[in-house]
Amino acid sequence: MSEIDGGRRPTRRQVLGTSAALAVLGYARPGFPADVNPLSPPMSAGDPGIVNAAVNLTINGTAQSLTVDTRTTLLDLLREHIGLTGSKKGCDHGQCGACTVLLDGRRINSCLSLAVMHDGDKITTIEGLAKGGNLHPLQAAFVEHDGFQCGYCTPGQICSAAGMLNEHKAGWPSVVSDDLASRPQLTDGEVRERMSGNICRCSAYPNIVAAIRDAAGETL
Amino acid sequence: MRAFTYERPDSVAAAASAVANKQGAKFIAGGTNLLDLMKLEVETPTHLVDVNRLPLGAVADTPEGGLRIGALVRNSDLAADMRVRQRYPVLARALLAGASGQLRNKATTAGNLLQRTRCYYFYDTSKPCNKREPGSGCSAIGGFNRIHAVLGTSDKCIAAHPSDMAVAMQVLDATVETALPDGSTPSIPLAEFYRLPGDNPQVETALRPGQIITAVTLPPAPPGTQLYRKVRDRASYAFALVSVAAIVDAAAGKINSARLAFGGVAPRPWRVPDAEHALEGAAANPTAFAQAGNAVSAGGRGYGHNDFKLPLVKRTLAAVLNAATRQA
Repeated sequence: MSEIDGGRRPTRRQVLGTSAALAVLGYARPGFPADVNPLSPPMSAGDPGIVNAAVNLTINGTAQSLTVDTRTTLLDLLREHIGLTGSKKGCDHGQCGACTVLLDGRRINSCLSLAVMHDGDKITTIEGLAKGGNLHPLQAAFVEHDGFQCGYCTPGQICSAAGMLNEHKAGWPSVVSDDLASRPQLTDGEVRERMSGNICRCSAYPNIVAAIRDAAGETL
Repeated sequence: MRAFTYERPDSVAAAASAVANKQGAKFIAGGTNLLDLMKLEVETPTHLVDVNRLPLGAVADTPEGGLRIGALVRNSDLAADMRVRQRYPVLARALLAGASGQLRNKATTAGNLLQRTRCYYFYDTSKPCNKREPGSGCSAIGGFNRIHAVLGTSDKCIAAHPSDMAVAMQVLDATVETALPDGSTPSIPLAEFYRLPGDNPQVETALRPGQIITAVTLPPAPPGTQLYRKVRDRASYAFALVSVAAIVDAAAGKINSARLAFGGVAPRPWRVPDAEHALEGAAANPTAFAQAGNAVSAGGRGYGHNDFKLPLVKRTLAAVLNAATRQA
């Protein structure tokens, strides 16, 4: 709060952090007495209490060693422990795709994976796609085609598209492919089906599809 | 999410023992459904046994000409396997019709079989649900039940099984291979794997504590055209309201044999022997398709919002049979 008192504008992150702290203290959630922590229900039989575990993994080429609560998702590890806030928390239930990262080049929802399950794994986030100051072709294409409005879903869209192009390159069919045995052309319909795990509430879909098809021409 | 301890055993036997010997322990593989439910505290395991690194990730040809699919084969890898695409297209199509690209990269064969219902009330811990809290009642009966089952239900539970993959495996007469802590390896036909809700909707499968799925085996595919048709609220990334998996052997306007399985309409992937018999030797025409459809809906009942599913499953079946016999 000192930033506010000192006349500086608080950042969005500081405000969010403050509300989270209040919630933990039991102040910010109506319906809960102040002495009950709503985020941590009473211990039940067999409740082991807080359990920490060591995790070693490589993120964007950098080795990371951390000790985290076993409940920590890969997304929370990236955002809250490493400070890579490019991967976004949208629904936190694998429905929106904003948290998409690449695990050994394969796209996954980082919100539906525990950090401890990724010991030894290599993760690439949106922060790791650009090489030597040059945007990844998908990033450049999203800029070129204006593939966003608010931008919140964009890191997930781009990481998902990077994984999707790898899948297409490997010849994977989709449910809209007529012939399962050969690699289909990456039509608008194919891109839309393959990207259906990424929601854009601004509905920038036409430009997202155009950006991905454009980048596919460069990367395939 | 409730706190839990975590271990990653290095053998199937150790994993089975770890779950059998600890109250509140669960296996975790892809985690795409279990973590979703743990965040909502619908699932509250106190110990997770991570099976992701067990050697159960291979797809292998069987001597009989079938396919043995390791429990940890990811849904995306299975759908991309050329043997599945060429010999079991109904399975490839069903897999590709489910979830999203990201989820299919994590979700496993065994985990897909064991995924829980998407009944809204099962997911809402503030509401009674006999599956989540036995004896508390069913909120879906008399509640919002548009996505619920119309076949195989009971007065305790009308939840529908959400899997597409399992419907295709059911039509392919798959067998589930398992291992127990005592070292035995019982096989369970998929047709006997799922329990109907009856009075105990919390018991969903024939698995015992610590019993771990190691593989799913497919016999050689029977002759015929394989189709998977999924009807849903949006064109992609949604659960089935109704789905039909079919293997239809037809020639010259006559159906020699038809195997059918239905998704979205029952507590488990649903086979209807009467409908299959009705089609055996029948002329491939709308009358025969309608007769088969009537055999499917016989004994079913709607619960209000899901009444549409009984006519919809008949129409979807007719469309699938029409497409399958037109191709023949």
